[in-house]
Amino acid sequence: MSVALENSRIFVEALTAKRRRSVFATTLLVLCAAAIAILSLKAGAVEISAGRVVAILLGSQAETGRDALVVLNVRLPRLLLGLLVGAALAVSGAMMQGLFRNPLADPGIVGVSAGAGLAAAVTIVLGERFITPVIGASPFLLLPVGAFLGGLATTLALYGIATREGRTSVATMLLAGIALGALAGAFTGLLAYASDDRQLRDLTFWSLGSLGGATWAKLAVVAPIILPILIATPMLARGLNALVLGEAEAYHLGIGVQRLKTTIILLVAAAVGASVAVAGVIGFVGIVVPHLLRLAIGPDHRLLLPLCAILGGALLAGADILARTIVAPAELPIGIVTAAIGAPFFLWLLLHRNRGIVS
Amino acid sequence: MKLAKLIHPLALAAALVAASPALAGERIVAVGGAVTEIIYALGAQERLVGVDSTSHHPPEALARHPDVGYVRALSAEGVLSLAPDRIIAVEAAGPPDALALIAQAGVAIETIPEELSPEGVLARIARVGSLVDRPDAARILADEVRRGIDGIEARRSAIETPVRVLFVLSLQNGRAMVGGSGTSADAVIRLAGAENAAKGIEGFKPITDEAIIAAAPDVILTINRGSHALAPDDVFSLPAFSATPAAAARRLVAMDGLYLLGFGPRMPQAVLDLMDALYPASAFSEARG
Repeated sequence: MSVALENSRIFVEALTAKRRRSVFATTLLVLCAAAIAILSLKAGAVEISAGRVVAILLGSQAETGRDALVVLNVRLPRLLLGLLVGAALAVSGAMMQGLFRNPLADPGIVGVSAGAGLAAAVTIVLGERFITPVIGASPFLLLPVGAFLGGLATTLALYGIATREGRTSVATMLLAGIALGALAGAFTGLLAYASDDRQLRDLTFWSLGSLGGATWAKLAVVAPIILPILIATPMLARGLNALVLGEAEAYHLGIGVQRLKTTIILLVAAAVGASVAVAGVIGFVGIVVPHLLRLAIGPDHRLLLPLCAILGGALLAGADILARTIVAPAELPIGIVTAAIGAPFFLWLLLHRNRGIVS
Repeated sequence: MKLAKLIHPLALAAALVAASPALAGERIVAVGGAVTEIIYALGAQERLVGVDSTSHHPPEALARHPDVGYVRALSAEGVLSLAPDRIIAVEAAGPPDALALIAQAGVAIETIPEELSPEGVLARIARVGSLVDRPDAARILADEVRRGIDGIEARRSAIETPVRVLFVLSLQNGRAMVGGSGTSADAVIRLAGAENAAKGIEGFKPITDEAIIAAAPDVILTINRGSHALAPDDVFSLPAFSATPAAAARRLVAMDGLYLLGFGPRMPQAVLDLMDALYPASAFSEARG
């Protein structure tokens, strides 16, 4: 009897310890994200005092002109876009790793990046010749739309290939994703071959990602796609937790596995497609953020998914601060910053975990 | 920190003086190597508050002014932080979103036409001259350039058999990227009274070994990149190039990239230099008297 009591006491203690830890992690991350958000509005090539930033944000009539424009139309949309895109990439990464039960899965695995990349290359290289005469404007305006549709189309094709008799095989999807990626890569390469010097530079910059193109107009298009997805994903957490055990086991636990797969793939395609469309290809966030959090708080998707959104957003907004201040008044592509900071940190974390320093 | 606070109002006062209605000197950001070059040639460089990363000439342009980044990847806040009144940019400048934000802040954005011809150079000089308030200097510079162009034309008419020139932009793993028709290299080669051996290709493209042999260039033209320049041995030791007439005579001409291909105010001199290299003095003995 006393053994059973002792056991349940240990269990309850472990549970409260776990809860305490998750409350602590959540608080820490929210504070960290808030700090980065404040810093992000203050930091930049244009020198503006903190007091003025606050006055501008509060809508003071006295604050007009260049500084107000910089805070309200450059920094604020960039910050919000960074938070949104970072959250979308990190949450998508976590869901992909859960769905494919593969720690190396990233949002690109469903073909979004490859398809979006190809569409972007088409717009950049052929745009001036074929698109501008039709719409009478710079093909750059069509780049986000093209990238989003390209990403979505590739994912749907991949999903179609991997689905037989109403069942989607994630293994087929993984392999077909590699094949489609190579095919998209071939066409992108062909376009790169046909491009001139300037278009090639455009392609390179696009493939390294940037939040530099953030405008309220783009936010207004992207936020209605990404925000509902971020809000909806915690509802998929139970299914993803069951899926860790295996597809058959999840099915026996009462999870609609096929519907779960379809939902996740479509949500990820839309979220990542929208992100890539406005910010280009930003690697690494989708892999490093979920892993970091799994090491810190464990693999429970109910907590993992919301925290991924917070940390992913904070990480990208933070990386953007560096991207636009290190070489000011010029600016670095953000993909360089995320990889240069994230990769060594991730390696450090892995090495220390093996020595038992991180739980 | 204290020092910074002290300096700030002073800088503001200085900026106010600079922006006074007497047009004491607009603050200008130059985007594009040719634009910067023309502004310097017109003696209006004291108005520059920033240049882009392609502004290699004169060397002091990038040494003395903040670098606003690559011509196609400008940062709106970065450019605005220099508090410019006007941006003078080549057509290629971008991205459009950044330019729109900069324009929204009340900065005038002037685009300079991009035309790879002597007339294009003259048009650029006139346009930049009027934008930086140096119309007289622009006229003098344009006359000088015009004389240079006339000189080129006189020399070109004396050429009896044009040499075939292959422009090699880069050699990577032995694979040559050459300048076909429609490129700045093609325009310069033709201005110098030579024939572009790669005119069948459009744009800067990699070319196969067989196509190099078939092009049969008399001269290989290439550009210096800083300290790194292609040596004749690098080029002519390659099988494809070793079979060309250029290799037999070991004729390799290397010139500075912006100088040769920039189509700025130094264009006539660059073309004359190229002619000197392509047609050794003997060929001009008659024309020169």
